[in-house]
Amino acid sequence: MIKISLIILQLLFFIGVAPLLSGLITKLKNNLRMRRGMSILQPYYNLIKLFAKGQVVSGTTSWIFKITPVVVISSALAAALLVPVFIFSTPLHFTGDFLALIFIFSLGRFFLALAALDTGSAFGGMGSSREMFISSLVEPALCLTVFSIFLQFGSTDISVFKSSTPISVSSIIGAIALFLVAIAETSRIPVDNQETHLELTMIHEAMVLEYSGGALALIELAAHIKQMIWFLLIAQIIFPVQAVDLSSPGGLFFWTGWQIARVLLIAGAVSLVEVSVAKMRLFRAIDFLGFVFVLGIIASICAILRV
Amino acid sequence: MESLNFTLLLDPLGLFFISVILLISLPSAVYSLGYLKGEYSSAKKALGWFLLVLFIASMTLVVSVSNALVFLIAWELMSLVSYFLVVFDTEHEKSIQAGTIYIVMTHLGSAFLMAALMIMYKYAHTFDFFAIKNACLLMPAQVKNIVFLLFLIGFGTKAGIVPLHVWLPYAHPQAPSHISSIMSGVMIKTAIYGLIRFVIFLLGVNSWWWGGLILVLALITCLVGVIYALMDRDLKRLLAYSSVENIGIILLGVGLSMLFIAKDMPYLAIFSLIAGLYHLVNHAIFKGLLFLCAGSVYKACGTRDIEKLGGLIKKMPQTAVYFLLGAMAISALPPLNGFVSEWLTLQAFFLGAFKLTGGLKLFLGICASLLALTGGLAAACFVKAFGIVFLALPRSNYASQAKEVSLSMRIGMFFLASLTVVFGLAATFIVGWLAKVAAAATGIDISRMSFALNNLTLSLKSVKNVYLSSPLLALILAGLGFTVFIVYRLLSKEKTLVDNTWDCGYYKIGPRNEYTSTAFSKPFRIAFSFFLLPYRKTQKIRESFYHVKSFAYETYTTPVFKKYIYKPLLTWVLGSARLMRRLQPGSIHLYLTYIFLALLLLIIFMPKF
Repeated sequence: MIKISLIILQLLFFIGVAPLLSGLITKLKNNLRMRRGMSILQPYYNLIKLFAKGQVVSGTTSWIFKITPVVVISSALAAALLVPVFIFSTPLHFTGDFLALIFIFSLGRFFLALAALDTGSAFGGMGSSREMFISSLVEPALCLTVFSIFLQFGSTDISVFKSSTPISVSSIIGAIALFLVAIAETSRIPVDNQETHLELTMIHEAMVLEYSGGALALIELAAHIKQMIWFLLIAQIIFPVQAVDLSSPGGLFFWTGWQIARVLLIAGAVSLVEVSVAKMRLFRAIDFLGFVFVLGIIASICAILRV
Repeated sequence: MESLNFTLLLDPLGLFFISVILLISLPSAVYSLGYLKGEYSSAKKALGWFLLVLFIASMTLVVSVSNALVFLIAWELMSLVSYFLVVFDTEHEKSIQAGTIYIVMTHLGSAFLMAALMIMYKYAHTFDFFAIKNACLLMPAQVKNIVFLLFLIGFGTKAGIVPLHVWLPYAHPQAPSHISSIMSGVMIKTAIYGLIRFVIFLLGVNSWWWGGLILVLALITCLVGVIYALMDRDLKRLLAYSSVENIGIILLGVGLSMLFIAKDMPYLAIFSLIAGLYHLVNHAIFKGLLFLCAGSVYKACGTRDIEKLGGLIKKMPQTAVYFLLGAMAISALPPLNGFVSEWLTLQAFFLGAFKLTGGLKLFLGICASLLALTGGLAAACFVKAFGIVFLALPRSNYASQAKEVSLSMRIGMFFLASLTVVFGLAATFIVGWLAKVAAAATGIDISRMSFALNNLTLSLKSVKNVYLSSPLLALILAGLGFTVFIVYRLLSKEKTLVDNTWDCGYYKIGPRNEYTSTAFSKPFRIAFSFFLLPYRKTQKIRESFYHVKSFAYETYTTPVFKKYIYKPLLTWVLGSARLMRRLQPGSIHLYLTYIFLALLLLIIFMPKF
């Protein structure tokens, strides 16, 4: 029973808190640009507004277009169940490891890319092609990063990462690489831009262009959740915690505070990156992800040398 | 000369391959009932059935004989029968060309096999497998290396290791689709059988660079295969190139296993071979399925050109579902079978890197990341294949007139499609069976190794355990999907309107506005331009200086291997053949001299043999 309630709690946590993180990043970005910006609750307002509206569906689409939002959100939630939040381990940690998590993400992406082609619009095709392009270049960089982390912990099981050795050079470089991967995966500047609707630059937004109403809300919620998962993963690697006694109130308080603080730090870093660099041309992304790949190699070498 | 020994060797390795052969051949045979209907005369159909049965029988023989000479005969029979099946559509010029390339390459491979087997015979003085196995223990290391390389080239030609893969994208698409399905699904796997049987089982791995060499070749094979698959616009050739890629993934498992055998790490050797064999049976299932689906598309539309298809999901709803399952499985999406085997292969690399020392650690890590790159590119390739062929609007009359195919064809596809799910969910059982196969092939005792936590969860012994449970993952995904769907239905009360795709307020958009396969692969063409060497030509056709009437665009990629390896080689062979012709001027006196010289040489060199 405790397990099931933990699972439900974790799902509700991701659904409830993930949009807040996006709102916070937008707010931070606006403040850094000396603007007042919208409320950090804006993502919630957007979701509620979208859910309340009806959908317009293109006549050229098939059932692929209709099931995609459900596939995308359920793959994001399934991935969320593999990440430790409240306790060190996850209720379902024996279901899969870090590699399985990557494969689960690709399930959602696969369907989103198909749905984009399903509309028959050139925008959709463009988005689909670019998304698959970026993601296939992300894969090797991500794999090497996971490899460097694996070499330190001896397992790709995510719940193992917490019982860490003191922070090492390898895990710092690995976390930076993972951070850059997360930027590409959550469609942020400099790889993609969430704020634009200019066809020359958009990737993720181009894929979901034909979605409206509740379906769009589900896809947006999935994007928020995915971002939260990435931040939690990076946080766990770059800011490890020694064993904390979770049964005592002090320990629990410390753990919760540290969990929130480290995610906020990463959110701050993302907003700083977003306001300080320009979006790259699509083909510059090759260099960007090549750089991440090299970082992955360096992190692996450091892990092999045990520094 | 010893008498031919026809005893069969039905050890777990042979039985495993026999079951893979039957698993793919039977649904393909059922499929062919509908596929051949209306295409061929009854005499041709009878010939087709005869060849099909002979083909299946010869493959079964290849994996079950216990005598190297009989193996070679069965191998040749398999190659010849498959040649006749490739040229089955004799009226097509392309079939003849494909058949010629195939038969030349396959015999080139056989020549290397013969050489290797003759060296083995020299040591064992018999062709019996077990006698050879014993004799190989005494074989000097240098000779072993040579034999290994001969086997690698010989079987590599059949498997389609780059750069010996050239015949594959010609031959596989040109055969009738149920034959393509068997050739890609099963026949190229007999080469993997050969490598395991002759190199691991008989010869015995004695230095780690064998595995290392196979790993490097396999990685090149993976990447080249998938990049070409991504570029191709012929549906069946795309699948053939994707077979090249998957053979690479299988060989990664086999090569890794050889590396660990040489490094004396039994657990990892067994585990990597399990990963390779698992991917082998998975690839047989989903590539068999995809070729059958491509055959259905061809039968219904009359073209294999992706750019002319589109919107088939509405005309052929069942074929679309089967193709989608195959595409998802080959893109390693959970919880289907490709996901499990690719996860296992990645884990084999990771665990191996953890246990090995020094530079090999980094080597295996980079191998794993390149495998991940292959996976990402394969997903892109199959998004393209499914998306362009089945989704959106039909791009030509070929596609708009398509109808769903006949029942027997659907049964064949349904069977294989359900296997992609079964082999994904029953991972623990299959790994258990494959462990026995791997144990038989390597001769390692597995009684104290375990690969599963319980019936649902795979568990690997690393420093700390790693788990994967595909059934549980499927349950979670299905449960979440169902819940979201119900909640969503309850929450949203507004109606859904059906309208056109957004057309920028211009005019009603049609098939001409859709993204094409060539456009989809453009970013990849640019990213890999150093290898693909794309050629691009644009031309404006003007009515006057101010008015462009139409626009011509031409693009293709350079077939590097054909242009820079095979073309020069062929020119050289033909050139030297012309030189050799001078030996035969037609003079009887000269020929008598030749005979005399030959005799003399034989007398001189006889004692040396």
